Amino acid sequence: MSLALRMAIANPNIKVSIVEATEFPELVRRYQISGVPKTVVDDRVEILGALPEEMFVPQVVQAASDA
Amino acid sequence: MNGASGELRRVEDTLANLPAPVRLILFIQTFECDTCPAARRILNEVARLSPQITVDEYNLVLDREKASEFGIERVPALAFVGKADTGIRFYGVPEGYELASLIDAIRLTAAGQADLLPESQALVASVDRPMHVQVFVTPT
Repeated sequence: MSLALRMAIANPNIKVSIVEATEFPELVRRYQISGVPKTVVDDRVEILGALPEEMFVPQVVQAASDA
Repeated sequence: MNGASGELRRVEDTLANLPAPVRLILFIQTFECDTCPAARRILNEVARLSPQITVDEYNLVLDREKASEFGIERVPALAFVGKADTGIRFYGVPEGYELASLIDAIRLTAAGQADLLPESQALVASVDRPMHVQVFVTPT
């Protein structure tokens, strides 16, 4: 999630929320979280697991351009 | 025991060298938030390690205007503000492995620099509309 934090620092258009899943069961249900880390971009695109930077950043940015 | 004290040493080293002030805006509520006291305790302990860190505490129920300003709808929540609002929020108690994320977020907020790879930097800069990235984690 450090990568997500860095993306928020780099671009003010990007808001990043780190959610401790066990404390927010309603969000776990809404986003169907069955494993962590799980990244959800704009409520639509899901990225599972911890990816290296060269994979994570393009996937998140691609999610934005698909909207 | 050694592992825990080694971790504390790393945290202390990082926080002792923050280059700029960081404001941590904590939102809690008095009732129906079992984890709010723990979140407050951890933040205050972290803040004691650096004169650059201040913690401002608000109540989600009583300080609605502030909650709205930071887009907070559930607690415990934490917003990171450096020169400006970073857009980074933490929801839940930052303990266990998440303590490292908290320290990382504080360090990045103070630095104001992302340290991404050049190709990542260019991609991220190309995002020209609001985007919300939620990362679900657990402390263990």
